[in-house]
Amino acid sequence: MDNLIKGDKHYWEMVIGLEVHAQVKSNSKLFSSSSTKFGSSPNSQVSLVDAAMPGMLPVINKYCVEQAVKTGIGLNAKINNYSVFDRKNYFYADLPQGYQISQYKYPIVGEGKVTIDFKDGTSKDIRIVRLHLEQDAGKSLHDQNPSKTYVDLNRSGVALMEIVSEPDIRTPEEAGMYISKIRSILMYLDTCDGNMQEGSLRADVNISVRKPGEEYGTRCEIKNLNSIKFIKQAINYEAKRQIEILESGGTIEQNTMLFNTATGKTRPMRNKEEAHDYRYFPDPDLLPLKIPEDDIKLIQSSIPELPDDLKNKFIETFKLSNYDASVLTAEKQTSDYFNDAINSDPDLKNFPKIIVNWITSELFSLLNKNNLDLKNSPVSAKNLGQLVKLITSNEISGKIGKDVLEEMFTSRKSAREIVNEKGLKQVTDQGEIEKVIEKVISENSKMVQEYLGGKDKLLGFFVGQAMKETKGKANPKILNDILKSKLIKKN
Amino acid sequence: MKIDKNTINKIARLSRIKIEDKESEDYIKDLNSILDWVEQLNEVNTDKVEPLSNISSSILPKREDVSKDVNSSDEILENAPDKLEGFFAVPKVVE
Amino acid sequence: MISKSIKKTLQSLEQKDISIRELNQEYIKKIKEKSNLNIFIHFEEQKILDQVTELEKDNSNKRLKGIPLAIKDLFCTKNMPTTAASKILENFNPTYESFVTQKLLDDGAIFVGKTNLDEFAMGSATDTSYFGNTINPLSADDTPLAPGGSSGGSAAAVAANLCLGATGTDTGGSIRQPASFCGVVGIKPTYGLCSRWGIAAFASSLDQAGVFTHNVEDASILLESSAGFDKRDSTSANVKIPNYFENLNDDISGKTIGIPKEYSIDGTPEEVSQIWEDAIKVLEKKGVKIKNISLPHTKYALPTYYIIAPAEASSNLARYDGVKYGYRSKEINSLDEMYENTRGQGFGKEVKRRILIGTYVLSAGYYDAYYLKAQKVRKLIANDFNEAFKECDLIVTPTAPSAAFPLHQEQDDPIKMYLNDVFTVPASLAGLPGISIPYGKDKNNLPLGIQILGKHFDEQQVLNGALSLERSNG
Ligand SMILES: [Mg+2]
Ligand SMILES: [Zn+2]
Repeated sequence: MDNLIKGDKHYWEMVIGLEVHAQVKSNSKLFSSSSTKFGSSPNSQVSLVDAAMPGMLPVINKYCVEQAVKTGIGLNAKINNYSVFDRKNYFYADLPQGYQISQYKYPIVGEGKVTIDFKDGTSKDIRIVRLHLEQDAGKSLHDQNPSKTYVDLNRSGVALMEIVSEPDIRTPEEAGMYISKIRSILMYLDTCDGNMQEGSLRADVNISVRKPGEEYGTRCEIKNLNSIKFIKQAINYEAKRQIEILESGGTIEQNTMLFNTATGKTRPMRNKEEAHDYRYFPDPDLLPLKIPEDDIKLIQSSIPELPDDLKNKFIETFKLSNYDASVLTAEKQTSDYFNDAINSDPDLKNFPKIIVNWITSELFSLLNKNNLDLKNSPVSAKNLGQLVKLITSNEISGKIGKDVLEEMFTSRKSAREIVNEKGLKQVTDQGEIEKVIEKVISENSKMVQEYLGGKDKLLGFFVGQAMKETKGKANPKILNDILKSKLIKKN
Repeated sequence: MKIDKNTINKIARLSRIKIEDKESEDYIKDLNSILDWVEQLNEVNTDKVEPLSNISSSILPKREDVSKDVNSSDEILENAPDKLEGFFAVPKVVE
Repeated sequence: MISKSIKKTLQSLEQKDISIRELNQEYIKKIKEKSNLNIFIHFEEQKILDQVTELEKDNSNKRLKGIPLAIKDLFCTKNMPTTAASKILENFNPTYESFVTQKLLDDGAIFVGKTNLDEFAMGSATDTSYFGNTINPLSADDTPLAPGGSSGGSAAAVAANLCLGATGTDTGGSIRQPASFCGVVGIKPTYGLCSRWGIAAFASSLDQAGVFTHNVEDASILLESSAGFDKRDSTSANVKIPNYFENLNDDISGKTIGIPKEYSIDGTPEEVSQIWEDAIKVLEKKGVKIKNISLPHTKYALPTYYIIAPAEASSNLARYDGVKYGYRSKEINSLDEMYENTRGQGFGKEVKRRILIGTYVLSAGYYDAYYLKAQKVRKLIANDFNEAFKECDLIVTPTAPSAAFPLHQEQDDPIKMYLNDVFTVPASLAGLPGISIPYGKDKNNLPLGIQILGKHFDEQQVLNGALSLERSNG
């Protein structure tokens, strides 16, 4: 099994569960009217409620509740008609109330599942335990002053959806795919902006290792990871750390770990709390949250097409592979782009796979190199469609197509413009190609003899020479056919 | 005795309240007598009784998602015992 | 000579028998004379005069225009510091005005000062205050008496006639019991009638604001001004506030009054039982039907309360950590040290005791046995009242098991102190409205009180019943 990793003595299996914190895309905070805008000056978006002034009380944001319900539906999960806000009590500088309002016993959303798709065409369900609404904490800055920690409460009270998975994940790659899929669903639903750099989406990773078939081991929780790369790195490092301990006869201490992005290592939080005891109890400032079935139905009816539905549609309509379809639907902008490209010309309907390849390998690698994303791609979907059309109708070769795409990328011109301007149109005229081939044959008579003597590989050489003569524009099929017939004639 | 020295230290720590050694005897005595006294609730049969968190029978009121930037950071920091550069300041935390 | 009635004072002001300035100057004089009672945590003459000046410029009609009121120092006020009688809120100046006090200001009331209380409203004698205890104005010179608590300062302010009314808060009896001890009227309305917004929280599911006055009529006037729906408090009741004063009526004949047998408790002083019986007889004479009722879980109300209230308090008081406002200890080499020293030094003994017990009953392994159990018993207590009120319109009991006791008498034994609330706590757990009116005296000639409880949001009947009893009380 390739899910196993090898220690010095045994093979081990990772057991991973994720707690994803997704910021609800809302104008105001979960229990106060302060703005949620990112990047404002410190303590400028803090209400009396957020700063926990004496006598201040929470009032829930209706929109945030709806977004949680919407997300629950998107995660194929059960929406609970009755849920309760609890206080999670602990002290920290950026937790002004001395408690976080969260949901403990009765979350707003119950069990669900998310499907991840592998390259080999298989897929796997990761079960969701729950989704609950809670307040974000403020921000502590430890490096601004040699003797003090600074506290900024702008984030304090922002609405988060905590999405908790079962420990169904077995590899760092699966963890990455899982969080990408969650992100994808959130963004299709428009309930979270998915911006991991700004912390709108972050994850706590629970990880343990075991020998295959054995019980779960003791787990550690790595806190607050805000990129897929770090999640994978942290899991790899932490799994190895645990395996080393276990193989040398030690035991794992259940710990909360921090991941150092500079060193790629995890370490236990230095400020280790003796046993945590959060003393959850129902927040007496709030009443239970009751969501009538009719409200759920109303929200259900507003749910857009989700990645899995779209994926299945693509598989059915365009006969794409499961993997291709999942890559295409991972982000809404990609599926939109594909749709726009394929609909830009009626003939393109016959070449979906070719369009997918041009998008996901050629265009994506250019975008990547230039640190751009599809949203601000210099090549529009319509222009990419045109490029594919030129290739599939044999007006240019695929090889030239790549050059044209690069040119499109820098000049923002259309494919046809570039082909016309540079005279890149494929040569399909038999006579013209014949002339070139004759020239090549006559200039390389020695090679011709060798070829005829059995050195078959030399055919490629002649193709290359002929292509060079036509500046790559000769239609490769015609060129090949003529070349072969000429060489036989010679015999 | 439900509360011993260890327990009182544990809950004082959870409450972030420093208790001097000479006070802790008092607290141990008081808390134990209160706990013994409240124990009489065990006489009451509460099988199938729903816990009551709030007497209000109305439904949770909800606000519209409108952001109002009403408080300046000056106002929020006005009563802070220590503030620097627009932040609340506390002793340095080593994570 | 100034009347002790808000209604009559408003008439005098209207008829220009006295000006707002003269009236308030008179009260300033009284407050200064009684400074030895330690009733006010904050009193500043100039601030009162400034309010007078503002009102003099104001030509609009306001229903409490110029009436001097005292405010329990648990209500956040913009123009005066707010301490909750705790060192931990030393020098705290709210930038906001509580809902209740704002309503009173909007009606033209003048705040003469912030009154003393038990620290964070935790106590029954106003002796846990960081600012020292308040002395009951009815004390003889040689034996200072407790004014009750926690709103002892407010009750004493009214009793000493240092204002025409005062605000209080009642979590387990903190309005009704001091009203009884000081011989004034105190009403705690239904949970949710007055917004809690801007009142430093003690136990959120129980806290309720209310008022003290010299008489029932005034209580109806002040309650009407204080009550109302507030979007900023999720537990605030969205009900229309009746015109209590207009609808006040002392004729309650035909109503049924319930007398709960469980409120006859062994060890209750003879005088307390006597005034209770007297009150029942008087009401009966007025054409009221008397019905013996049972509230079977009464006995468990106090222990239930002393689990739930500290549990909520332990969490509500977590915000006092020395970061955002208030006191911060000087010995702070780490964040944890800052917390522990700030809270260790900033809170008084009773507050710490309750935070500790509250933390314990919520902690892992004990939640079900204590907190959850108490919530279930609370449900049974609430059910008792629901059943009882199917058979009666009002319930009449004594307010407290004794008259005012000497200061510091019961400080050492918390449970003995908690027993003061034995008659008031059950209604608090059930969220019911209750009033205490002075009724009779004990053998030392100290006032006793009768408590009248009503159905949820039936403050009108509670006030009517109280008026009826008040008018029959010589
Ligand atoms: Mg976590
Ligand atoms: Zn969380």
